[in-house]
Amino acid sequence: MKRAQRPIAFTLNGKRVSLRVHPMTRLLDVLREECGLTGTKEGCGEGECGACTVLVDGQAVNSCLVPVAQVAGAKVVTIEGLKGRHPLQRAFAEHGGAQCGICTPGMIMAAAALGPRPTLGQVRTGLAGNICRCTGYEGIYRAIKKAESRSKKPEARRQETAPTIAPSKARTPNPESRIPKAGTQRAR
Amino acid sequence: MSRAVGRNVVRKDGAAKASGRARYVDDLTRPGLLYARTIRSSIPCGEITRLRLAFDASGFTVVDARDIPGRNVVSLITDDQPCLADRQIRHMAEPILLLAHEDRERLLGAAVEVDYLPATPVLDAERSDRVFKHVAITKGDVDEGFRRADRVIEGEYRTGHQEHLYIEPNGMLAVPENGGVTVWGSLQCPYYVHRALAVLLGLPDDKVRVVQAETGGGFGGKEEYPSMIAGHACLLALKSGRPVKLVYDRVEDMLATTKRHPAIVRHRTGVARDGRLTAMDIDVLMDGGAYCTLSPVVLSRGCLHATGPYRCDHVRVGGRVVMTNTPPNGAFRGFGAPQTLFAIDVHMDRIAEALGMDPARLRELNALRPGDTTATGQVLGRDAAALDVLRAAVARGDYRRKRRAYRGTNRGIGLSLFFHGAGFTGSGEVKLQSKASLELTATGVRVLVASTEIGQGQRTAHAQIVADALGLPYDAVEVAVADTSQVPDSGPTVASRTTMVVGGLLKQGAAEMRTMLGHLTPAAYLRAHGPLVVTKQYEPPPGLVWDDETYRGSAYGSYGWACDVIEVERDPVTEEIRPIRVTTAQEIGKAIFPLGARGQIEGGTAQGLGYALTEEVVMRGGAMANAQLTNYIVPTTLDTPPMDVVLVEKPYAHGPYGAKGVGEMPFDGVAPAVVNAIRSLGIDLRQIPATPERVMAAPRIRDSRLRQAADRPASARQAGFGIRKR
Ligand code: FES
Ligand code: FES
Repeated sequence: MKRAQRPIAFTLNGKRVSLRVHPMTRLLDVLREECGLTGTKEGCGEGECGACTVLVDGQAVNSCLVPVAQVAGAKVVTIEGLKGRHPLQRAFAEHGGAQCGICTPGMIMAAAALGPRPTLGQVRTGLAGNICRCTGYEGIYRAIKKAESRSKKPEARRQETAPTIAPSKARTPNPESRIPKAGTQRAR
Repeated sequence: MSRAVGRNVVRKDGAAKASGRARYVDDLTRPGLLYARTIRSSIPCGEITRLRLAFDASGFTVVDARDIPGRNVVSLITDDQPCLADRQIRHMAEPILLLAHEDRERLLGAAVEVDYLPATPVLDAERSDRVFKHVAITKGDVDEGFRRADRVIEGEYRTGHQEHLYIEPNGMLAVPENGGVTVWGSLQCPYYVHRALAVLLGLPDDKVRVVQAETGGGFGGKEEYPSMIAGHACLLALKSGRPVKLVYDRVEDMLATTKRHPAIVRHRTGVARDGRLTAMDIDVLMDGGAYCTLSPVVLSRGCLHATGPYRCDHVRVGGRVVMTNTPPNGAFRGFGAPQTLFAIDVHMDRIAEALGMDPARLRELNALRPGDTTATGQVLGRDAAALDVLRAAVARGDYRRKRRAYRGTNRGIGLSLFFHGAGFTGSGEVKLQSKASLELTATGVRVLVASTEIGQGQRTAHAQIVADALGLPYDAVEVAVADTSQVPDSGPTVASRTTMVVGGLLKQGAAEMRTMLGHLTPAAYLRAHGPLVVTKQYEPPPGLVWDDETYRGSAYGSYGWACDVIEVERDPVTEEIRPIRVTTAQEIGKAIFPLGARGQIEGGTAQGLGYALTEEVVMRGGAMANAQLTNYIVPTTLDTPPMDVVLVEKPYAHGPYGAKGVGEMPFDGVAPAVVNAIRSLGIDLRQIPATPERVMAAPRIRDSRLRQAADRPASARQAGFGIRKR
């Protein structure tokens, strides 16, 4: 028994896509299975690990918690949308930001959403919803710091093809799914 | 003249991981793919009396124990664990039945009814009479040692289960191919899986092919359990004749797969008035869970590290690992050593307290030095660096001053001194007979090993070693995918052995290849002489002798040495303990890839902080009751403090470029340093994790005893200052 499918259109990494899917399908599954973009990972499926982080209208969200219907008309950017050319990507690769790499795409998307030159405090708060079990986060902080200094160089600034990642006036698909990437430290 | 070793080259796997191109098992697919699901027991102990498929089975592939063509075991040490429970159930979430279907919704909707005849489970290790393994280590005469003691200090220390929580859950993709089967999976040990599949499926070795997909973390959790999952995926693939993907979700991964062994360690220690240890009597009990898996070796390593890095002439260590009706416990970073090192180093602080001594001084007095013998009679070489790391961490962490300054405040500071034997225990490396190959290519060389990249930097470190030994640029070295049809058996990727042991074989092979090449470039050599592959097999270094029966001899080829100084802050209302700062000095022989070594230390430390403080596996009725990331709390960015890492290098004569192991040691010392920091707050805690509930319930230490332990009391005014912001 197939679930009822509906048409949906949104912008994915700068390109318009139209699909027929059940509106409650997780954005994560649509990206990975319908769109073939497997860079976005599933670590928990319950909004806790951040491995599935993508940008929706410039804001970092956990795509495992977002029903695809809620990105209708929105701009979605995944790790593939950074085309390997974002300063954060090189910095993560070269400065110990990635070990096993499974958290890396989500980590980079969450870091990208922080905007230019975040303080360490902003980084720690902004990445609090992204778990890395390998690095102890220190390598990630170092990589983000390196990326800043690199992005100031003119050669790295010429990134016309890379999509804008600055937080825009956020249009939130659903208040619930707008996972507070900041301050998600769990009660204990 | 070394060009790659010791330099922060660009990780071989860095760009693929940062771009999202790296392919993990769940990213793979095949035409005609079936999804799979495991039906598991819902009781911890008993018998299956009836099983009924309560769904429309059209389009389903269903596998039970009767479908197994070979032997129904997950072949490892004792072959006691069935791949699918036949009748007997020995733990919760034990696999009973396998389902596959092309439509995931139908698969998830399929209901299977199982009736049981339950039996009374054994859930308490102390009540279990089924012993998987005993270990006994004796040195000198422990009674004589106690006669020489001025004081005898006793204590019992407890550690809990721990979940690996690699961010990528376990998974396998099995494809029927060439009259056999190929699996791609998230795994650490391709040849463990290979052997288990050959036994389970009754196939000859050349009909089974195991390929590592990019693996999103292992930490030991993908050492033995992947053999089970691969078996399940293959049974379904062979029965259906179609590709089958079996990927666990987080809850299933936490419920069903292995955990760190809980332990109870009892110490009785004789000390002379001046602080010298005269006798150590240690009793270790570990909970193995329902099947043997790797428990004997975990116990063995635990017992071999039970004295800590301390000298003592009279030692007795007795250990046992027992069966309980809980999911089997297995390999986890440190492999038994973290449990016993926790016990000894909290015990050391209690000894210091009893004697009114500075804990750092007590350790300095007793630390193993070059020329000393361990509990098994191993004579330590010049690279025994306990004193070096102790002094480095104590000075850099400003331990003594802060210990005084923090008195009477909610800040505490604690110390731990520890060591970790690299490579397989005892004669393990000899039995493994690991091989590593190098194949000349037109542009350089290809590394052929079964070692797996699980984030630790294996591809990078191996390429660095080969590049320098062969005199080629780092970029001219490729590292092949760990595919059993292409690479020799280099042994498992465990036990901090990948750089030291397998890297050592590669260095030898590269040196030999360099001689064969002479002045020729790789391309010129291939034109003149045709293909060239050099293979090296492990030979123990001279003088490395071990007796499995008596537990005498050289337990490990080399030891790394480390010291942690950890500062914590206690919330006076909630009793929550937060780590504030970590200073760690770690001696690892030689850092081949310094950035990677640092990453291992920082990551291992963070994982250790979770073990020490928050990672509580709540076992209820034999199952993990909090099998969700929501309520199993691992450290986030906000829970992980700044870390100051000092690398100390004292080359190991038989390691490549002097390298020892680094993967596990950083984990070992975190929990005791944290608990000792809590102790410095006057809280007598002897069990981890140090949750607020436990801290609240722990007895308070009489103030006079603590005061004795600090050289002089400090005014409260000093407290809280002198903490450098990162
Ligand atoms: S998969 Fe973990 S938050 Fe989405
Ligand atoms: S690099 Fe492995 S989880 Fe972050």
